[in-house]
Amino acid sequence: MRLNWSLGGKKSPAALRVATVLSAGLLCVVLPAAASSASLAQPAPIVQPGAPGENSRTLTREQSLELGQSRYIEADARFMQHMIVHHGQAVEMGALVEGRTTHEGVRLMAERIALTQESEIAMMRTWLTRRGESTQMQGGHHHHMNHAMDPNVPVMPGMLSPAQMDELAAASGDRFNQLYLTGMILHHQGAIDMVNELLSQPGAGEDPELSEFLSAVVADQSTEILRMRHMLSQLG
Amino acid sequence: MTRIKTGISILALAMLAGACSQTTTTTEPAEVASNPPPSREGLAPGVFDAEEVSWNIELVHAEPTPEAFAPDNAMWAPGVEMAIVRAMQAGEEVERPPSPISFANTDLAFSGDRVIMGNWHGFNVFETQADASVEHVLSVVCPGGQGDVSVHGNLVFRSVEDNRGRLDCGAGGVEGESSAERFRGVQIFDISDMSNVRQVAAVQTCRGSHTHTVVPDMNDPSVIYIYNSGTSSVRPSSELEICSGGEPEDNPDTALYSIDVIRVPLATPEEAAIVNRPRIFADRETGAIAGLWRGGQLAEDAQETSVTNQCHDINVYPEMGLAAGACSGNGILLDISDPVNPSRISEMSDPNMAYWHAAVFNNDADKILFTDEWGGGLGARCRAEDPETWGANVIADITESGLEGRGYFKIPNTQSETENCVAHNGSLVPVPGRDIIVQGWYSGGISVIDFTDSNNPFEIAFFDRGPLDAEELYLGGNWAAYWHNGLVYAPEIVRGLDIFRLLPSEYLSANEIAAAELVRFEESNTQTQMRFDWPDEPVVALAYVDQLARSGALNTAMATTVREAVNAGDAGADLMSALEEASAHAEEADARRFRALMGWFQ
Repeated sequence: MRLNWSLGGKKSPAALRVATVLSAGLLCVVLPAAASSASLAQPAPIVQPGAPGENSRTLTREQSLELGQSRYIEADARFMQHMIVHHGQAVEMGALVEGRTTHEGVRLMAERIALTQESEIAMMRTWLTRRGESTQMQGGHHHHMNHAMDPNVPVMPGMLSPAQMDELAAASGDRFNQLYLTGMILHHQGAIDMVNELLSQPGAGEDPELSEFLSAVVADQSTEILRMRHMLSQLG
Repeated sequence: MTRIKTGISILALAMLAGACSQTTTTTEPAEVASNPPPSREGLAPGVFDAEEVSWNIELVHAEPTPEAFAPDNAMWAPGVEMAIVRAMQAGEEVERPPSPISFANTDLAFSGDRVIMGNWHGFNVFETQADASVEHVLSVVCPGGQGDVSVHGNLVFRSVEDNRGRLDCGAGGVEGESSAERFRGVQIFDISDMSNVRQVAAVQTCRGSHTHTVVPDMNDPSVIYIYNSGTSSVRPSSELEICSGGEPEDNPDTALYSIDVIRVPLATPEEAAIVNRPRIFADRETGAIAGLWRGGQLAEDAQETSVTNQCHDINVYPEMGLAAGACSGNGILLDISDPVNPSRISEMSDPNMAYWHAAVFNNDADKILFTDEWGGGLGARCRAEDPETWGANVIADITESGLEGRGYFKIPNTQSETENCVAHNGSLVPVPGRDIIVQGWYSGGISVIDFTDSNNPFEIAFFDRGPLDAEELYLGGNWAAYWHNGLVYAPEIVRGLDIFRLLPSEYLSANEIAAAELVRFEESNTQTQMRFDWPDEPVVALAYVDQLARSGALNTAMATTVREAVNAGDAGADLMSALEEASAHAEEADARRFRALMGWFQ
């Protein structure tokens, strides 16, 4: 498996339909299966090995389950809330393509980025909701937060400022291509920086789904940065 | 450890199992009525009571995930999620449910009567029973996914890629960006004493370990190699000195664009270490290490294909000196006659592939079935609107000029929005004369596919369950399906281990199944392919006759004559020349069956 967070997550009430297929042979095999249930045997040992060369220890079921209660910390949830806002801008940038450029490479790249980031936003919302966390960015908890309404200062580092977004919206043709690509490279680099900053904090990024997501962000976005740099160099 | 069982129950089980055996051989073709496939659409949801449907295969045992790996408060458990979420939103103190993938079952390995099932949380060991069930005998806890497993004797190998993985198998994670306590790589455990399982080695790798493959050294039984496929981002050199990331244009030493070759001396497995990180994607002309697909689309309407800077799975076939790599943006064929230095023979691209994920050779190693993991396994990709050639299998022939793409196979697009579904892992079913694979499709269930004709693969059996939940998509379903010594074992991510038996049908005769059951391996790792050789039993010849009768290459009267000759053990000169004659006019697959049949008589 490789979690790439592009989940088709629309809710649709499943049309429940009764199928009538059960092999007649099933009865034969269900009986012996039930007869060999674990109740007749001693419970299997639950062992937690130590580091290489170290001793193992025996666990109870409860201790095992406790070890699997992968935790997340406040910083993880804040990261997800911020990344939703960050990704939202990439979707907005993609929406500007229509009517402003006919460059096929830029159009395809923008479409792909917008689609990916949209589905990642959906996944991040699900991640937060399933943990009882708000999907909204919490003001004042993050030292990078900037609440001044200065149009030259982005909501967070690694995003375009309101003035830069206005400039992009006003551009077309080659100028638009140039601004879109440089802006998106900066934007992607911002996401990678956010991941690195999160991981520098003790205990962050340990939730397995979050861990996969962080890897995917770094891997996918650095690949896209490379391709956008190449595209930019071809624009001349 | 002692086990208490009454003699009576064992006897009763044997009798019941005997009464239900459906694999007796026959000299007459089984009279199997035409049995159209049932619908797998709209199956009722449930964790342990989901609706099930099957065709030409039966579920003979469903072993639940062992209790130490099955939390009562799992998110997908009925009623749990919303109750907890509501309480948390109301600011009440509640115990949070674990992440839905913290206890996911993953891949299998087989050794003796043991079935080993990997898990994000560690692994479990089961013992096979005479009645086709299994008994759980050991849980090993070592948090960190995805936990794919391999086995060699009492050594169990396991892949760890999660950021939280710890060298001491503990929980609570690791502090900071760099830590000597973090573990991402390949673990080696010794399970010879099940009450005192020991970790004997932990081989750290730059991109962790997503999957790995055991590669025997055909010239040296004292050593095995592990091909490691890491797919994560590169660890900082402050944590692991050999690692640095970035694109090769900026950093020629980048840990991207390679695999790890780990050498394991079997007498001293604690000395296991990386011995090579070959640049198997390099450009043949220029030597540039990023020589294959750099990401993007092959054509305007094509799928977006990932960059080839990693392999996801490498399937080795040591007796042939070959490996098939499913490597993100390409399918590749490797020469592994020198296992430390694999070298690329051929590569292919395909406009429908999003992420080249897994590969299986046919027994003759003249073709490879590659799978595409579009959507990463967590996506619903078998819905009515999804393309039939995306998230599918692609069959490639191995020709003189290299890999050549042929046909596609995907299960019908009838799964729901809450069922994660895409082509996933499988293995060959050893039916002589045909190329057949059994394969897991996550919540799409399992499917048995004939790909003897590379251009026209088709389904001959399936099993499907309803989703875990009707409203929310949770990762679930059959991670894989593998044939092993007469049965199909299919790990189910949430529910446990499913065990199936193939049923005779118009597409697969009792003789063909019985011939497949003759192929047995003491030990089997699912990415280490072993050549099937069938003993000279009559049922093997009868399997060929059934195939030739099915295709029409032998008419009914002739088939009966040949079956009688098989039972007599002698064809006679006239019948042999008739077979020779028929063979000359047969299609290639049938001609091969005729030759095998005549070879059997001789």
